[in-house]
Amino acid sequence: MNQAIVRVENVVKTFGQTVRALDDVSLEFEPGIVYGLLGPNGAGKTTLIRVLTTLLKADSGYAEVAGIDVRKDPVAARNHIGLAGQFAAVDDYLTGRENVEMVGRLYNLSADESKRRAADLLKRIHLDDAADRTVRTYSGGMRRRLDLAASLVGRPSVLFLDEPTTGIDPQSRLDLWDMIRDLIAAGTTVLLTTQYLDEADQLANRIAVIDRGKLIAQGTGDELKDRMGGSVIELHVADEDRTRALEAMSAISDDVTFEGTRKAIRLPAPEGSQTLLKVVRRLDETGVLAQDVALHKPTLDDVFLTLTGRGAAEAEAERESDKKPGRRRRPERSAV
Amino acid sequence: MTTATHTARHTRISPGHAVKDIAVITRRNLLRNIRLPQLLIFATVQPVMFLLLFNYVFGGAIGGAIPPIAQGEYINWLLPGLLIQVAAFGAGQTALGLTEDLSKGVIDRFRSLPMARSAVLAGRTLSDVIRNGFVIGLMVMIGFLMGFRYQTNFVSFLAGLAVAMVFSYSLSWIMATIGLAVKNPEAAQSAVFLPVFPLVFASSVFVPTDTMPAWLQGFAVNQPITVTVNALRGLMLGREALADFKPGMTANQLAEAVANAPTVEGQVLLSLGWAIAIMIVFVPLSIRVYRKTVS
Repeated sequence: MNQAIVRVENVVKTFGQTVRALDDVSLEFEPGIVYGLLGPNGAGKTTLIRVLTTLLKADSGYAEVAGIDVRKDPVAARNHIGLAGQFAAVDDYLTGRENVEMVGRLYNLSADESKRRAADLLKRIHLDDAADRTVRTYSGGMRRRLDLAASLVGRPSVLFLDEPTTGIDPQSRLDLWDMIRDLIAAGTTVLLTTQYLDEADQLANRIAVIDRGKLIAQGTGDELKDRMGGSVIELHVADEDRTRALEAMSAISDDVTFEGTRKAIRLPAPEGSQTLLKVVRRLDETGVLAQDVALHKPTLDDVFLTLTGRGAAEAEAERESDKKPGRRRRPERSAV
Repeated sequence: MTTATHTARHTRISPGHAVKDIAVITRRNLLRNIRLPQLLIFATVQPVMFLLLFNYVFGGAIGGAIPPIAQGEYINWLLPGLLIQVAAFGAGQTALGLTEDLSKGVIDRFRSLPMARSAVLAGRTLSDVIRNGFVIGLMVMIGFLMGFRYQTNFVSFLAGLAVAMVFSYSLSWIMATIGLAVKNPEAAQSAVFLPVFPLVFASSVFVPTDTMPAWLQGFAVNQPITVTVNALRGLMLGREALADFKPGMTANQLAEAVANAPTVEGQVLLSLGWAIAIMIVFVPLSIRVYRKTVS
């Protein structure tokens, strides 16, 4: 009958009068995949994770993990989940090993089993050398890895990773990606939230884009990028050259846009660097001196621009002002 | 995988698991004291300083105003009082520990685990009372070195320490509620002193209450800290310590004052009554606030 390991149906969660953190969210996915939830700060990613991990009760709607209604039977649900939150929730004054063993004990493993699990996990996250040092001597990346290990002690059916790499250095980020990939290879089902398109792209089999508490797109990373037409070129010119530059660019593409906040002219680059060369030549012929020309792969910003007509940073800023009363609702966007 | 079997049932945590969870959390909290000895050192230095300062600075001036059962030694009068002050201040750690766990996301992790809901608060209050017991034990040893001698018997003396621990435990639940309500570690730092300071100073901790103005006495005599300090003094020094003593009393007047004094048993029962009343209010209240705070 029901093959989905996570099922969310019409979940609504509001904070106060005005903020709809989750606005009728529905999603489901099957075991063994990594489901990426992509969106800017304040989009509702963490709220959804908190509902699914029994930390927060939804106002309405239904959510289940591993076939268990998280609202009706939170204790049973907790046996099936692992959570690594936005901050490494590890104990500074315990050793790495003690941290993991403690969580094992709280998952009702025996003392021996907790020890074995901890030793095994610490090896897998390459912390076996540092295992017996107190965590306060750990770097930020090590703490995140330890937090990941702690979330795995209970052999969860679904692992929830809330922005696992936010705020850590690039090298630690790559290390963490490797570890998450190992987990995936071992068959762990993961729900991961991120603000970075490349992270979702690297790790997730399926990506859902969330904005203002609504899922606005779902698909594989490639599908999402296809919808944005692959790479884009962005260029900046002096204000007086803008009209001429826009005219010149429309000879190359039918889809030239001008983004007001950053004063950027944008156009799709289906042929990548070939298109870039065309743009530069064309500008040269028109006698417009570009202040800046760049070819880049789609980012979260581009996803947002394509899907919502506004950038991710803009969405975040709006979200902030939404917290004040008198917010006006955006017209409904049809589900994709 | 069938959903029907799950939705009907509500999984509960067995008492055995709850006890194990409380033990795990208690151990974790206590380890912190061992790994960060500064915590314990400062928790101990401050009350010891109080003991030394009050005894040697005020001892001479106050010594004559305390009942003769103290043998003219202020330390005999002061130590039982200071033990309760330490118990009250030490209970404030419960608020600080909880706010710290809240702000670091540790409570979120605990709440996502299949562990007993009560274990976080029960483990916290339990580890704090153990820690306070350690500080109180150290105070008693230093007190003995400074000349403290109980005037009753050893069992009675130990009973006094037990009353102090029960009282300290009940205060931890008030502090847990305060900590969860203010959430922020810095705010908790000052919030915990709000109830503690008036209770400690408008009490018989440092001086007999009968030297206070009448309007204050009504409060001072009945409030839980005075009652508990009286219970400790009664158990450690005898009923005479509870008498309405005035310097220059004749032996007969003193005997009459002792006969009119509250009984030791009465004060012990009152103190335990306060502890129970505090817990009846604050255990459910703190659990309520805990549930609200984190969801």
